[in-house]
Amino acid sequence: MIKHVLITLILLLQMHSAHAVLQVEITKGAEGALPIAIIPFVAKGKPASLPVNVSAIIAADLQRSGKFAPIEEQKLIARPDSPEAINYKLWRIASIDHLVIGEVNVAGPSRYTVSFRLIDVFKGMQVQGYQFVADDSNLRGTAHMISDLIYEQITGQKGAFDTKIAYVTVERKVGMQPSYRLQVADTDGYNPATALTSTQPIMSPSWSPDGSRLAYVSFEAGRSEIFIQNLRTNQRQKVSSYKGINGAPVWSPDGKKLALTLSRQGNPDIYVMDLATKKLSQVTRHWGIDTEPAWMPDGSELIFTSSRAGKPQLYRKAINGGKARRVTFEGNYNANAEVAPDGRSVAFVHGNGNIFKIAVLDFETGFMQVLTDGELDESPSFAPNGSMILYAAQAGGRGVLAAVSTDGRFKQRLVLSEGDVREPTWAPFKK
Amino acid sequence: MKLKILSALIMTALLSACSPDNVKDGDTADAPSDGGRDNQSSGAQVGSIGDGSGAQGTALSAGQVVSYDKAAINDVNSVLAEKVIYFDFDSDQISQDYMELIAHHGKYLAANTDMSLKLEGHGDERGTREYNVALGNRRAQAVRRLVLFQGADASQISVVSFGEEKPVALGHDEEAWRLNRRVEFVYEAR
Repeated sequence: MIKHVLITLILLLQMHSAHAVLQVEITKGAEGALPIAIIPFVAKGKPASLPVNVSAIIAADLQRSGKFAPIEEQKLIARPDSPEAINYKLWRIASIDHLVIGEVNVAGPSRYTVSFRLIDVFKGMQVQGYQFVADDSNLRGTAHMISDLIYEQITGQKGAFDTKIAYVTVERKVGMQPSYRLQVADTDGYNPATALTSTQPIMSPSWSPDGSRLAYVSFEAGRSEIFIQNLRTNQRQKVSSYKGINGAPVWSPDGKKLALTLSRQGNPDIYVMDLATKKLSQVTRHWGIDTEPAWMPDGSELIFTSSRAGKPQLYRKAINGGKARRVTFEGNYNANAEVAPDGRSVAFVHGNGNIFKIAVLDFETGFMQVLTDGELDESPSFAPNGSMILYAAQAGGRGVLAAVSTDGRFKQRLVLSEGDVREPTWAPFKK
Repeated sequence: MKLKILSALIMTALLSACSPDNVKDGDTADAPSDGGRDNQSSGAQVGSIGDGSGAQGTALSAGQVVSYDKAAINDVNSVLAEKVIYFDFDSDQISQDYMELIAHHGKYLAANTDMSLKLEGHGDERGTREYNVALGNRRAQAVRRLVLFQGADASQISVVSFGEEKPVALGHDEEAWRLNRRVEFVYEAR
């Protein structure tokens, strides 16, 4: 009996660690963030206890964007529960530009109606208001949708809170094989789900443009192979298993092709695979290393890492031929490009000696800005609205995820309760 | 059966081989495909193997045995007991120090056609992950060329790169990095 309980306990613990939640820590606040008062949403109906705190999720989302400074709940000067109850003068004096009020009606078990209103204090009126029907499974998602609507209404830029991130975790325990996991979670680290578990490395997850599938590299056969996995059905297909490297898969913007690295002729070069026919076309042919392709948004060109000048640098080349043009010139290690959603800039790993940081280069001006201050920052991934860059970093000898606003002013960290987390990739907007 | 033995190597200081890279920076046209790229791909290193045949004398430590008998691969006193070689950062250049060892492995493989060798390329955690996979691949390919030089058949050798994904040392310092930048010789019976 005791043994049985113990086993159950161990299983529960393992399940817990398999679903370890990423904890967000704001490491650098942004100057000039807009103050906004999110009044705690009133719970109505019964039971009045809710599985999640909707208004707290909205406040945390807006804060994580770096563009808003939600007023702490204890510091709210009033708690109006309807537009009529708002004393505008009070909020104007406090220099609060916007208020969010709302309520959650409990209609029955796992049945909720969530409504919110965004109030412009200086106009003295409601500028936005919506009502949603939700259940236990999507109440958090509903909160993220509300955050997106508020963010877009005020900043004019589409919000990216109600999207997903994928990342790889690894746990190493003495005397045991390491455990690699491909995980998908909400952007605030909640609702983690495991897409793949393996004792062999998993690498380079890449989202399909419709957000339904992930391409990734798995070493489960003792060498690298590329798979595409449907996240709804969990069915997967092996799409590349050539001799040598099968690496760095990246979906084309139209979803029909995959750029990848193969060394089937001995040396790593970049290819494009037509996903319908699996036919390959070779994009680079060079004796140096060519890898880490990233698509320009129009799908006609790739940015990639090449050692052709001796050290890794970024180059740009049309997939249908032509010359490779060098993109980066500053520093002796520039690699792993990720093109911004608007195609105007590229984020990459900028190395100097033993120090590797995330930098962004503007294509038009050629100006490079180093955004992060870690020692081993890598794997940059843009939010689909281009506002933030998610990346992998090291803190206390462990792999953590971090995010920085594209202007470098706001920083945060996402820490897993145990093990290393790496290779984050931000999903596209939900379709 | 896997005969993988990770012997602890008593390392002499790694002579850092100067990079022969004299390729100009700037825009570079891709070389035309000529099917023979494999041999060219690390040409500078291949050219330097003239002394890899063992003609130069090397000191054998007491009790160290040179034998290419099949069982020698499991003999802890054999020169073949060393099954890992190490590299400089961002380099696939093989140090002169390892030419002798690689030649012994090449001769063993040539003498034992029923054995196969898997060359596993690895890198340290610095630099980007896929670039390190590519680098690990080039390290293993560079070793492969030297092994083949001793007359082993190409079908006996396979190459796999794990990049920085399978470190042997988990630290984040120079010593851990040095130990992780490596090619491992993994023998299997065919």
